[in-house]
Amino acid sequence: MKGGADRTATAARAKRVALFVTCVVDQCWPGIGIAAATLLEHVGCEVEVGETTCCGQPFCNSGYPAFARPLAKALIGCCERMGVDALVLPSGSCAAQITHYPQLFAHDPAWRQRAEHLAERTFELSQFLVWRGMTKAPGRLQARVGWHDGCHGLRELGVGQEPRQLLRTVAGVEFVELRAADACCGFGGTFAVKLPELSVAIADHKLAQVEAARIEVLASGDASCLLHLRGRLEHRAVSVRTMHLAEVLAHGLYG
Amino acid sequence: MAEHLPMQQFPGNARAALQNDAQRRALRAAADVFDERRRTAMATAPDWQLWRQTAREVKDHTLLHLDHYLEQFERNALQRGTRVHWARDAAEAGALVLGLARQAGATLCVKSKSMTTEEVRLNEVLEHAGIEAVETDLGEWIQQLADEVPFHIVVPAIHKSRGQIATLFAEKIGTPRDADAEALTAAARDRLRAKFAAAGIGISGANFLIAEAGSLLILENEGNVRLTTSVPRVHIALVGIEKLLPRVADLDVFLRLLPRSGTGQMMTTYQSLLTGPKERAGDEGPEELHVVLLDNGRSRMLAQDITRQSLACIRCGACLNVCPVYQQVGGHAYGSVYPGPIGAVVTPQLVPLANAAQLPFASTLCGACRDVCPVAIDIPALLLHLRQQVREGSGTERAAAPRWFERFAMRVVAFWLRGPRRYRVALAVARWCDRWFGWLLRWLPPLRQWRKGRTAPRLAARDFRTLWRERSKP
Repeated sequence: MKGGADRTATAARAKRVALFVTCVVDQCWPGIGIAAATLLEHVGCEVEVGETTCCGQPFCNSGYPAFARPLAKALIGCCERMGVDALVLPSGSCAAQITHYPQLFAHDPAWRQRAEHLAERTFELSQFLVWRGMTKAPGRLQARVGWHDGCHGLRELGVGQEPRQLLRTVAGVEFVELRAADACCGFGGTFAVKLPELSVAIADHKLAQVEAARIEVLASGDASCLLHLRGRLEHRAVSVRTMHLAEVLAHGLYG
Repeated sequence: MAEHLPMQQFPGNARAALQNDAQRRALRAAADVFDERRRTAMATAPDWQLWRQTAREVKDHTLLHLDHYLEQFERNALQRGTRVHWARDAAEAGALVLGLARQAGATLCVKSKSMTTEEVRLNEVLEHAGIEAVETDLGEWIQQLADEVPFHIVVPAIHKSRGQIATLFAEKIGTPRDADAEALTAAARDRLRAKFAAAGIGISGANFLIAEAGSLLILENEGNVRLTTSVPRVHIALVGIEKLLPRVADLDVFLRLLPRSGTGQMMTTYQSLLTGPKERAGDEGPEELHVVLLDNGRSRMLAQDITRQSLACIRCGACLNVCPVYQQVGGHAYGSVYPGPIGAVVTPQLVPLANAAQLPFASTLCGACRDVCPVAIDIPALLLHLRQQVREGSGTERAAAPRWFERFAMRVVAFWLRGPRRYRVALAVARWCDRWFGWLLRWLPPLRQWRKGRTAPRLAARDFRTLWRERSKP
């Protein structure tokens, strides 16, 4: 599901776009959703927000794929009804989950086909923006910014160069490449509460590099990684702000 | 005899390992060094993605026709005078090797590093029968002296500093406490040479079996495999049935991938290709060469499309070095012979699933393991498959560790997520609870666990949909 010619072309042509902000953004950090919509409109897309809930990843990752299937069906159905050209998520992890929907319906050819149709049109925000033609981010933010690669976006969708490229174009941003930028933050979904001490220890390895780099803002494309990293930073009283990529790229444009 | 930690108690083992600062420091430094070496070695191989695709195709082909190639190997090995034995499980393998050792009249056996012999607990079998088994790989010997199981599948004592090893040697073999690395290895060499000379049998594993030649290939850096396989009169190799390759030519890609992935070397110092016992007095090599082919659960993995790829593993250890979990807790916490990501995949398929039910969950699913795997095993996909097996079982098999409460909670949450209206109602209630009873929620799971070292997230005052509606108003 990395960026083949077909996928980049689909993104480049997409006009009507469904934005699925993910459940974490919806409930904990809704501003990220507004920022993402602002950016999509900036590249000339019409943004639609469907009646969506959750992509079902927590169930798949905990060993209960049966509970994820109805959620996947609901999301597929919702996107079909909207009849959009693309589905964009401000999350590499949830976008990757949707690209895995066909495997979830391995034994159900009809749903498998519908899942494939959606998977081909599903994009992580930064990749979509770059493939849709964004060369300069519209926001403005005076800060030293470091980037944390979300594992699923990086390793399953190949999101790596796009967010860096966009971050460097934000007026005022001094981009700092962190050591171990691609190291896991230790969130891991239910892993974070099943093995909390281990989850936090993995975060500390990452945050040691964050502190060493003396950045002011730690940005990522996944709100769930940031929830975890922010929780740890606050607990340790480290004054580094966490921001979602969309918030940095559109900073100052919405409120 | 060195014992493993209880596999069922991974969370407790991991917590204990996190308290061991010295081990964490040594492990982190060593894992970083090995990963750095791997990266450097791969940087000289721009085609490595193609190599690993080729290697995986060879493995997939071989595994699909394993019956054919095993028989071909047996025929060709017999023709060269190698005796081939088949072991269904660990008990059969132990009995077979013990029988051969007794036949040879051995009281001392030298061993080169072999995870497969660890898997069947061969040292224990031999020692029970009064046969001394001495590990001759330096790291493995250190672990044996310390009465510990290997910490890593390639670097058994990766977690020990030079200082710790000096102390251990001082206590066990009387070297000075301040001995440097050179003095320590010289002392080890001195002790081990005597063992090589006196041993009646040598025991090894093998990295590859070659069907068309009836040969086995062993890679190493210390020269101890050379001595183990050539000095004692009788040699026994215990090898998993998945180590087979059809042709000598197939070694090409594997000999490029394995040393680079494992230790960051272009090639290992020694590569021993054994084809039959010595034919004439004065030749190098053992008088008798035995190969014990071990199944021990492997044919079960072979039976399913999804699990078959577990058998493609060439035990390079690269996935351990990059794993954020392994880097923190190390090998012993897993409580299994094979630790790390590949261990979390292989172990639950080798032992009864209920015994290893914790291991598939000992991962953040970050996928770094899949990225570095020289045979492109989709470890995260296998972990997800095993997680499902553990929680739900499959077909006729019962779930290994059903968690009734967790399942119930998941079912409830999934129910409230199934429709947008339900979802909004549920979240409105949650928001109300968060506002008035947040203090209570933070004392209950899962926030209770979350708050171990992290501040708890709060629900936003208004959800995205509300903000979006306001924004869209003319």
